[in-house]
Amino acid sequence: MSNNQVTRRRLLKTAGGIALLSGISAPAVLRAQTAEVIKIGHLTPRTGFLGPLGEYAVMAADLAVEEINAAGGMAGRKVELLKEDSVNPQTASTKAERLIERDKVACIIGEISSASCLTIAQVASRTKTLYINTGGNSDALRGKDCQRYMFHVESQNSMYVKTVGRSLLRDGLVKGKKWYSLTADYAFGHDLLKVSKRFMEANGGQFAGDDLVPTDAADFSAYLLKIREAKPDLVAINLAGNQTTNFLKQYAEFGLTIPVGGFGFDTALAWAAGKGNFVGTWPVVWHHLIDTPGSKAFVAAFTKKYNKPPENQAWGDYIALKIVAQTINELKSAESPKIIEHFEKGAKFDLLKTRPGYFRGSDHQLMHEMYTVTALPADKIKNQWDIYSSSPAVPGPSEELEVIAATKEENSCTFPS
Amino acid sequence: MSAVLLAQQILNGLLDGVYYLLIALGLSLIFSLGGIVNLAHGAFYAIGAYLTLVLSPYLGFGGSFVAAPVVVALLGVVIERTLFSRFYRSDPILSLLMTFGLAMVAEQALRMIFGAPPLSYSIPQWLRGQVQLGSFIYSFYRVVLLGIAAACIAGLWLLLQRSSFGRVVRAGVQNPDMVGALGISLQPYMSAVAALGIGLAGLAGVLLAPIYSIHPAMGQEIITPAFVVVVIGGLGSFWGVVAAALLVGLVKGVMVGIGYSAASTAAIYLLMLLVLLFRPRGLFGERITRFE
Repeated sequence: MSNNQVTRRRLLKTAGGIALLSGISAPAVLRAQTAEVIKIGHLTPRTGFLGPLGEYAVMAADLAVEEINAAGGMAGRKVELLKEDSVNPQTASTKAERLIERDKVACIIGEISSASCLTIAQVASRTKTLYINTGGNSDALRGKDCQRYMFHVESQNSMYVKTVGRSLLRDGLVKGKKWYSLTADYAFGHDLLKVSKRFMEANGGQFAGDDLVPTDAADFSAYLLKIREAKPDLVAINLAGNQTTNFLKQYAEFGLTIPVGGFGFDTALAWAAGKGNFVGTWPVVWHHLIDTPGSKAFVAAFTKKYNKPPENQAWGDYIALKIVAQTINELKSAESPKIIEHFEKGAKFDLLKTRPGYFRGSDHQLMHEMYTVTALPADKIKNQWDIYSSSPAVPGPSEELEVIAATKEENSCTFPS
Repeated sequence: MSAVLLAQQILNGLLDGVYYLLIALGLSLIFSLGGIVNLAHGAFYAIGAYLTLVLSPYLGFGGSFVAAPVVVALLGVVIERTLFSRFYRSDPILSLLMTFGLAMVAEQALRMIFGAPPLSYSIPQWLRGQVQLGSFIYSFYRVVLLGIAAACIAGLWLLLQRSSFGRVVRAGVQNPDMVGALGISLQPYMSAVAALGIGLAGLAGVLLAPIYSIHPAMGQEIITPAFVVVVIGGLGSFWGVVAAALLVGLVKGVMVGIGYSAASTAAIYLLMLLVLLFRPRGLFGERITRFE
């Protein structure tokens, strides 16, 4: 009987002890599980006409995570990158939801299509999760569609137009001149056409013609015949993805010699057009020939890993991850609201360029230097990668970084509360 | 717009249609004889383009022009023997699924071997330049391209209409059982037709590699318009497909020419819709008993 009682008391004690222990230890176990890794969602198109650029984004994101983990991770936690093909705006939105709600990612990075950026940003806002856009250019994303939880490493269309615009103005291709533009028939192209028309109006130029090109069009011969007939002073290219390569190859094929100026550009498309086909003057956020220690190290690491130099889209996703890593390490927190507050306060980041950049509080656009590249003549090209020469950084060292960005009057953002 | 410019656009549109034709003729042939809806046809076009890239350093463009279509055609025979032949007597929906899968496998294989970024390839020096036809200045390469395509089409027509090989193929299209009853095995003819059709797609890949972007999904880009051409032209009709290809090119070119470029792709689908409404078998589609 007494034995029994002792047993029962002991049993109760043990049970209580276990309950007490587990009461303390259960959260500790949970904490240990979440503390092991910090998950980052990466969404970008890997198929379709933007797929080739998305591939560079993925390669660079992998490289960045490798380097971040080698340097101790984010706030002492290892980083795990969850990568998905965003396919189209609807799929992008579904996948963003799944990454945030099921996989509990700390933030989402990526995208190239402006249309998909918008749907991802809507999910990000609803779930109060940070989203960093690394490839969507449309001004609308920083204007009427701006969101508190969306930041932009990629430059807006206005920055592209104003950057290359300086070169075109200097070359006398704007004032009193006629342009003929070809524009990709979707959100990005429409937005870019609007911005380039505004630039031409402000600087005394005109349009001899502007054609919208369906995104699945591969043959430009009909457009080239029209351009030859219209005799413009400049052919302005607002195309995207493989379209740009197709255009450049066929422009060379038809032997047209009218100067070409592009407003949307990706180095991979010029590489694909190749020596002798790549012509014109184009704006870029970054390119592999930038002469700074940071860029050289990035190009060397990327080339070592993938046997080819990185292109501008690679820079965007690489630098976005580096910005997030630096911020989480400084804040010792991966909570989106805290990161956003930090960004909005104007924190400076090393962007592998001559001077650091920051996110503009009013529209969350990264303020940074851009470049204009000009195709080299065929006889000056030594290899398949170094096919252009670069302008110095725009804006120049004595100017504010904001001078190339859209002004409040041109594009204003009111964050939905 | 001036009459000269319109004439240019019409001519250019017709030329544009010829590229679709090289793809569409093979599609039509393979479907008519074997009942296979070959969604992987675009993949063979892409393989042709990538082979040009690989072979050119050794053989030059001229050598690749001969070698690449032959290699693609041989690949076609292998695919026909191992895959297509299992589906000749089954519901076309099954072969459609099979070729859909095949197209994806081929595209991913190209992506794994060559990478996703587009690769560069240019028109060889000896084919560059412009030709002047009256007031019409046009790319010399495209004139050459037209000549080659026209020769292929004429050759194929002669083969189908004027040779004993063609007689058996045409009989096989109409009534394979009767051909069998006459003691002729259709199997080698099936292989030959697959080799021809797929080889033509490979040839299109070679011809377009210098002027289009070379990337793993390039097959997908060309397959949809090629299908539209086959549907408009009518199955089993050689000249129907030829007329449809020219018509599609013409409509697209003129839409761009008169300033409705944004609707140039939509116009082709509208054209297909109209043709299907008024002529469900396509423009010159023949009545093929076993498909009715």
